[in-house]
Amino acid sequence: MNFFWRMGLLLAGMLAVVIGLSVITGISWLDLSWVMPDNVVSTFGPTLDNLWLVILWITGIIFVVTEITLLVFMVKYRHKEDRKADYIHGSNKAEVVWTSITFVIVMALAFYTKGIWDEIRDPNLIPADAYPIHMMAKQFEWNATYAGADGQFGTADDFLSLNVLHIPVDRPVVVQLEAEDVIHSFFLPEFRVKQDAVPGMSTLVWFEATRTGEFTLACAELCGLGHYTMGGTVIVHSQADFQDWLAQQQAAAEDD
Amino acid sequence: MSDAAVTTMDRKPMPGMMVYNKKLGMWVFLLSEVMFFTSLIGTYVILRFAHPDHWTDPGVVLNVPLTAVNTFLLICSSVTMVKAFASIQQGNQKGLQMWLLATILIGATFVGVQAIEYNALLGEGFGPVLDLYHAVGRGNPHEGPSLGGPLYGATFYAMTGFHGAHVTIGVFCLIFVYIRSLQGAYTQDSLEGVEVIGLYWHFVDLVWILLFTIVYLI
Amino acid sequence: MSTTTAMETHTGTAEHHELSFIRKYIFSTDHKMIAKQFLFGGLMFLALGGALAVMIRWQLGFPGRPLPMPLRILFPDTMAPGGIILPEFYNSLVTMHATFMVFFALMPLMAGVFGNLLIPLQIGAEDMAFPRINMASFWIMPVAGFIMLASFFVEGGAAGAGWTSYAPLSTSGEWTGVYMGQILWLVSLIVLGFSSILGALNYVTTVINMRAPGMTWFRIPLATWSIFITAWLLLLAIPILTGGLLLLLFDQTIGTAFFRPEGSGEPLLWQHIFWFFGHPEVYILILPAMGFVSEVIACRSRKPIFGYHSMVVAMVSIGFLGWVVWGHHMFQSGMNPLLGMTFVVTTVVIAVPSAIKTFNWMGTLWRGNIHFDTPLLHAVAFVALFIIGGLSGIFMASAPVDIYIHDTYFIVAHLHYVLVGGSLFGIFAGITFWYPKMFGRMMNEGLGKVHFALSFLFYNMAFFPMHNLGVQGMMRRIYDPNQYEFLQGLQPLNTFISISIFLFVSTQMIFAFNFLWSLREGKVAGNNPWKSNTLLWTTPSPPPHGNFPEMPTVYRGPYEYSHPDREEDYWPQDEPPATTGSGGETVTTPTPELVPGG
Ligand code: HEM
Ligand SMILES: [Cu+2]
Ligand SMILES: [Cu+2]
Repeated sequence: MNFFWRMGLLLAGMLAVVIGLSVITGISWLDLSWVMPDNVVSTFGPTLDNLWLVILWITGIIFVVTEITLLVFMVKYRHKEDRKADYIHGSNKAEVVWTSITFVIVMALAFYTKGIWDEIRDPNLIPADAYPIHMMAKQFEWNATYAGADGQFGTADDFLSLNVLHIPVDRPVVVQLEAEDVIHSFFLPEFRVKQDAVPGMSTLVWFEATRTGEFTLACAELCGLGHYTMGGTVIVHSQADFQDWLAQQQAAAEDD
Repeated sequence: MSDAAVTTMDRKPMPGMMVYNKKLGMWVFLLSEVMFFTSLIGTYVILRFAHPDHWTDPGVVLNVPLTAVNTFLLICSSVTMVKAFASIQQGNQKGLQMWLLATILIGATFVGVQAIEYNALLGEGFGPVLDLYHAVGRGNPHEGPSLGGPLYGATFYAMTGFHGAHVTIGVFCLIFVYIRSLQGAYTQDSLEGVEVIGLYWHFVDLVWILLFTIVYLI
Repeated sequence: MSTTTAMETHTGTAEHHELSFIRKYIFSTDHKMIAKQFLFGGLMFLALGGALAVMIRWQLGFPGRPLPMPLRILFPDTMAPGGIILPEFYNSLVTMHATFMVFFALMPLMAGVFGNLLIPLQIGAEDMAFPRINMASFWIMPVAGFIMLASFFVEGGAAGAGWTSYAPLSTSGEWTGVYMGQILWLVSLIVLGFSSILGALNYVTTVINMRAPGMTWFRIPLATWSIFITAWLLLLAIPILTGGLLLLLFDQTIGTAFFRPEGSGEPLLWQHIFWFFGHPEVYILILPAMGFVSEVIACRSRKPIFGYHSMVVAMVSIGFLGWVVWGHHMFQSGMNPLLGMTFVVTTVVIAVPSAIKTFNWMGTLWRGNIHFDTPLLHAVAFVALFIIGGLSGIFMASAPVDIYIHDTYFIVAHLHYVLVGGSLFGIFAGITFWYPKMFGRMMNEGLGKVHFALSFLFYNMAFFPMHNLGVQGMMRRIYDPNQYEFLQGLQPLNTFISISIFLFVSTQMIFAFNFLWSLREGKVAGNNPWKSNTLLWTTPSPPPHGNFPEMPTVYRGPYEYSHPDREEDYWPQDEPPATTGSGGETVTTPTPELVPGG
């Protein structure tokens, strides 16, 4: 059997194993997606998904080209008795070329990244009209505090929402994150938001929902033995519904 | 590098840094020590910048004059260490023994004074631990408001304590070298042990000058 | 083994005397024996880490299902009652798996084994600069390992705050239920730090001071170069960790508040300290493998390494840049976002030397004459998989993308591509390549190839889909993803991954068998089975005490393969340049300068 037959058989065998196990466990490789899931509901979400796509293209091309080159070299320059390897120590030109190309690509990426990062994270760029909510994370729950009608925190008409974050659609929300005991991480996958809540610190994180509905709130930082249960819900209301909900909660809070 | 140059070379190992192994090893080890103290000093700097309210003005809590004297002692011990090495370089074994002994005594005194200071500070409520911290300041009666905060105490003891541990280890090593010197183990041509422990000793001294400046004077 | 023992009788500079069993095999000061001790120790911890991984994947692949039979009865009710892993035990499992793998398997297997084995032999020294310090460096490891192991058996179980031990979770048992276990974790790593420092001290001194005549800096083989740089990183990074661990220990035990917010301490300070150590640490875990791979690829493709100088420069610059990128682990930690941008730039810059190395390996294979033996296969797999790990690093280096994938399985995929696909395959390349020198016999090629092919397949089946879990948002260190509705659809993929891991771990039995079997039954290797150039291969296999019968002299760089003027396709570093020509006259072949492009 020649080299190609043997390699072909090997590959076929490997493929059979992958397919076999896929069938047994019931996964379909065609359904696995390598781009961000199509569930984004925040204003900057699509920007991030787009950045992902840009990086996926750049790295994807590099990946395919380098791996295929590697494979071709392996096949083409495999040992043959009658041949000697070329006596080459390198090439300054090649070094300069690939160093500078890599450098330019990654620096371009870094600067492209900067604009997006600032848009999301620059403390000075948090929208001024954002609706404020205080979020206190503790083992293993999320306590969201709303300011009530007076718009002031720490007053009698504040009210609390446990493990459910209610927010209005189409209006920026700014969450002031704090933690009572250990570090937790405020993760809203559909919003492309993740920010650690650190005890002793107070961190601002903002986002704006583009769609009403119910979404996930998760804890992304190991925070103890109940870490995996530290989930919650984000409910995005229409603006009118949100006002109703606020009024209703406030009435309930005042009744107590 | 032409081959001719190599082939005519005396068959000795490559000369490296022109220092013998033990000395080079000690230098390298001391670099590692630098990083250890960097982690402690870095912690101090960051915590102090973040929480200036935990610190007091120099001298309010800490006994600066006493420690200044102690610092002077440690510097003196570096001088005696230099003398010890200079003696054996001239083949003077008696001188080596005498100066080593002086270095040991001064080093031990330094640790002793540090222990006395710790004792006084703890008596005044200046401790490292969060729940027990209640520093009243020097010479004050035992009541009065607490000065500074526990981060002050904690960083103080961490930095000076680990330095003190280094001095103590140094003293023990010096005692070992001293005993060997009494047995006549060191001569003009064989003085590596003295030189290497001397390097360590000077390093510890240098670190102290830095710590004294940061912890007591600023 | 009679042939090899016969070779040990030799005349030369090293004095020869019989050593007692204890001096020879246990408290040995011979660098080769210490390398073997590290090898057996490291492989044992590797197996332990693998076992812990199997347990983790059991829980994720089959959540809530009791462990299979022999394991089911092994664990007390505090860990896995009825074979069902408890959440707190799961947290200990992820913590201890990472801890054992990073500190007790990979570090000893790279720096410990090959630092000891290769440095003196490749630079032409008779032993390490400080043999007794070297012995201490090894013996500290089992002590630290024992402390770490003991933590499983104390009340509250082993540490469960992750291998990163973020404060304040790690500062008090109040948060985790783990008191003693966390303390033992800290003590063990503090102790282990001394092992690394003592080892590194030796490596640095030996490389600087004990090279044979003619072994100039740019004739040092790349494996030794890589370990030399690693040793510097160890020397400078480990004390930082030790300092941090000590402060954390004080927070835990006596009640200081360095990292505890209730006393105004700073939790983020711990992260800064940890990652300031941690990023150099990840290079400690890969640089030696890069060195092994360079060695193997050049030798087995019978071609000078492409761009020797740029390989060295790339490693040195990785060594420097590694100190200024730590913040990329903290983009979402609450650290100042402006600082975040700085770390984005430094992090993408460090990708450049990594890329340079990759291109140079490919350049070495190009127009080579590649022998497909086990070391080469592992080395090329290293390159192929390191590319994936490096490219996934680019995703995370971009801070906005990292918002979504931070602390998800994307990170887990990345780190296993660099640490298993990279470091572990590099270690396999190293072990299979230098096994004959260590033990005097070859490992079995057939078994080696089978082990390689299955490992490569199952490895990729297990870890490549983890990228996908990350893209779907699955968090890492999570006991039961099905608690979250949006993760429930991922169960089949998790099961697929778990089974692949079980297969990958089982495949390692082949390696273990091959390793042990070849000790007695392998083909006798002879001095230079791979026809390699470095001084190491001029010694008998295994080399006697003192290594070289007389001090070798070095005439050229380590990668003079397939020189056109020579019949042989290799040219040992110590072969004098003057050869006898066909007419009996003396011909001097000049050694070409080792300049890229030269
Ligand atoms: C091409 C160069 C690389 C880049 C750009 C890169 C980038 C990153 C980034 C940004 C993270 C943090 C991700 C997060 O937590 O959100 C990370 C994590 C990690 N990297 Fe890399 N990396 C590179 C190479 C390596 C190498 C060579 C190794 C080790 C051999 C390595 C080991 C790790 C490990 C272990 C973690 C996870 C640490 C943890 O959170 O437990 N990386 N890398
Ligand atoms: Cu949490
Ligand atoms: Cu890193």
